[in-house]
Amino acid sequence: MTGMQAALNSLPFLLQGLVVTLEVSLLVVALSLVIGVLLGMGVTFGPLPLRLPIRLYSDIIRGIPILVLIFFIYYGLPAIQINLDSLTAAVVALTVFKTAQVIEITRGAFQSIPKGQMEAAKAIGLVFRQRMTYVIIPQATRRFIPPFINSVVDAVKGSALVSLLGVIDLMQAIQQVIGRTFVPLPLYVLGAFIYFVINYSLSLLARRMEARFAYIRE
Amino acid sequence: MNYHLNFNLIWRHSDKLIDGLLLSLQIAAISIAIAMIIGLTLALAYVDGNRLVRFAVAAYVEVIRNVPLLLLVYLMFYGLPTVVDIRYDAMTSFVATLSIYGGAYLVEVLRAGLQAVPQGLIEAAKAIGLTPWQRLVYVRLPTALRVSLPSLSNTFVSLFKDTSIASVIAVPELAYAAQWINLNTFRIVEAYAVATPVYLITGYSILFMLRLLERRYAIAR
Repeated sequence: MTGMQAALNSLPFLLQGLVVTLEVSLLVVALSLVIGVLLGMGVTFGPLPLRLPIRLYSDIIRGIPILVLIFFIYYGLPAIQINLDSLTAAVVALTVFKTAQVIEITRGAFQSIPKGQMEAAKAIGLVFRQRMTYVIIPQATRRFIPPFINSVVDAVKGSALVSLLGVIDLMQAIQQVIGRTFVPLPLYVLGAFIYFVINYSLSLLARRMEARFAYIRE
Repeated sequence: MNYHLNFNLIWRHSDKLIDGLLLSLQIAAISIAIAMIIGLTLALAYVDGNRLVRFAVAAYVEVIRNVPLLLLVYLMFYGLPTVVDIRYDAMTSFVATLSIYGGAYLVEVLRAGLQAVPQGLIEAAKAIGLTPWQRLVYVRLPTALRVSLPSLSNTFVSLFKDTSIASVIAVPELAYAAQWINLNTFRIVEAYAVATPVYLITGYSILFMLRLLERRYAIAR
């Protein structure tokens, strides 16, 4: 069997894997978006007792290689009586990591809004809630979206690591097909191509959004 | 049933962890050095080259940056030797992969740095009669490197963290050492409870040293 044939025959199986990859990525992105934005706002506007633990969380998690984090959560949590199956453990680990990144993106987005905006909003008598809803958040959102989409690319790339826990995502599906057919290169190239198509589309989207929102300057 | 922490077996194998860390640092250092050469060369090619060169560099950057490192590692180690007549061990293969991977990120960082060199500075260099080569060595590169220093530091630390992926092809670096201890002693929580802070502390130490360098040399864009 030639490499091309092997690659073609395995496509349905690889697509099943791709679905898992997309599910994992989507779940991770959605969860970390909600938690990360909340914590990011906490670290930007909250009191010190709130800022400190979030700061600590974000700095520690971002300092650990994601592969180590995945293994630590998968193998370590059972020691404190929390037993997660490999898929859940992978999603938890990736979410913990992504959340730390979203916190930083959120903080960066808010801090990039010139102080004058907040002061002007105060001057016309808006309360904190109104200042946020009408002045700060609309501007910060535009600063938030491009780096966030880039971090979605990271999430899709990072999701390949779940294959190390035996989750049959795209990466693991490729490995299994190679295990059966012994034609590694065409399948790896095919896999790289699939990842590339997804991630490059996202990158282009991020770039377009960036150009679209570039008019906001100090 | 409670899990009882027992670090004795970890200390007994601490040589594995120490050797692992040293190998991680070594892989990072070599890869970063090669990646810097790739990055600088291609960034210059991109900034000074014609459309064809620009397209080729952009294609390299986009392809590498949008594919998981894990897949690139497998592709290089298991895939490539099946069609190309080259042989390399896991360590060489991983260093090559991480260099190519890091190179793609560094091209972007250094390209931004080169493009941030003020036009007036280059014109001034021309005015005092420097040749293109002299302009590059004495004016453009030093300025570009100093401008991109903060982004460079972040990429370097990130590449150090990525050395952990080498464990999947059994390069005995730090993450592999943790896995080895796990397989041989079953003290998995302890193995990672030691390896994780080691990564954390080493990563931040590298970052701290680079930040010191930045304080001395970095210039605002």
